[in-house]
Amino acid sequence: MFVAFQEVFTLANILYLAKGALLSIGIAALSLLFGLILGTLGATGKRSKHALPRDIANVYVTIIRGTPLLLQILIIFSVIPSMYTAITGKILRIDPLLIGVLAMSINSGAYQTELIRSGVNAVDKGQWEACETLGLSNWKTLKLVILPQAFKRIVPPLISEFITLIKDSSLISCIGAVELLKGAQIIGAQYFDVMSPYMLAAIFYLVMTCVVSMIGMKVEKRLSVSD
Amino acid sequence: MIKVENVCKNFNKTHALHNVSLEVNQGDIISLIGPSGSGKSTLLRCIHGLETIDSGKIYLDGELMDRNNEKKFREQRNKMGFVFQHFNLFPNMTVLENCKLAQIEVLHKSDAEAETVALEYLDKVGLKEKRDSYPNNLSGGQKQRVAIARALCMSPDIMLFDEPTSALDPEMIKEVLDVMKDLGKQGMTMVVVTHEMGFARKVGTRVVFLDQGEIIEENTAEEFFSNPQSDRAKDFLSKVFYD
Repeated sequence: MFVAFQEVFTLANILYLAKGALLSIGIAALSLLFGLILGTLGATGKRSKHALPRDIANVYVTIIRGTPLLLQILIIFSVIPSMYTAITGKILRIDPLLIGVLAMSINSGAYQTELIRSGVNAVDKGQWEACETLGLSNWKTLKLVILPQAFKRIVPPLISEFITLIKDSSLISCIGAVELLKGAQIIGAQYFDVMSPYMLAAIFYLVMTCVVSMIGMKVEKRLSVSD
Repeated sequence: MIKVENVCKNFNKTHALHNVSLEVNQGDIISLIGPSGSGKSTLLRCIHGLETIDSGKIYLDGELMDRNNEKKFREQRNKMGFVFQHFNLFPNMTVLENCKLAQIEVLHKSDAEAETVALEYLDKVGLKEKRDSYPNNLSGGQKQRVAIARALCMSPDIMLFDEPTSALDPEMIKEVLDVMKDLGKQGMTMVVVTHEMGFARKVGTRVVFLDQGEIIEENTAEEFFSNPQSDRAKDFLSKVFYD
């Protein structure tokens, strides 16, 4: 089954996979970033004293966490263009990479909502009271005092989230985005040997996730200066 | 300066405060003392508005403190500084940043102005050289002195202290009390919830003794300690002074 390994293991093929790997990590990084923004909004909504933002955040988290990411990708992939066609009568073509980032950001945002919320809840109540006695508004308290402390606490789970996103980015191969997994499949089809490129892809994923987790540990260490 | 009128406060059916009235005048150093659970911390927190009150009124400089009048209420609260038992310094900021934050964000001072004021008060509490340290690298006594400086940076008219030395190791209590004593000498009006009877007696001008949510006895510090009137105060004092 590894008959073609020598033939597959060429510089050109490795570069091709490396390009796919770069795309995968780029998609994951963008999704983590947009997810962080959505997650902050979601967590703020969930903690709001008003019912509407609370309800919106709850529905968002329930739906996104309760359905498979693959299904969400497929729905966004088909729903947005068909809605566009229904409204304007024209055909819309969107880059599958863009769909991927969109779907994964929305997905990650739901998980990060819960993450950030737990981080905020873990900050000592006395911090809120201190801000209150100094006259800081709720919003400034959250922005300047609570969130910085909350984010520091959630660095380890955020790194896990990033690693999950790197691996889950392989799901968008099914809507035609040529990331790392799809790249491996394309090479496999050329050589009638999928096993060798799959193994190479696995190594790429492993290297990326290990590097990310190492960087995570460094960041954690640096943030602990004030501990 | 502060007038508390018939304030009641309940926590799930337990009377934390029952019909409490109290007057604080300019230059007073009032010690709130009493057994644990007597409501002294609750009273202090109600004065600052950290707790809502169920009934009664609180006046500051003759004006009613009214939660519904948000803007005014905030201005009134800003005239009072608050020091917590557990310091509540911001661990993600240096000592200097702790002292500058609210000056810049609330009083809208420039960074340079805020720094000048912060260093002035840090110097006052003897911690100017710790300006760039993080709170977690300070001792308990140093943390509390920074917390006092941070509150003073907002130039309050009144300082409220909620058991400021209760979380400290014994050898650090004095450095905090010394700072408070200096503050009193400079004419700061203070209300202090404390278990430090020596401080209440020597530095305090008046003592308010609470038990079970009520004010049992109120007197000048000297008179209260040398000649307590009520049985409950006598009983309490016999328990806290070991001899």
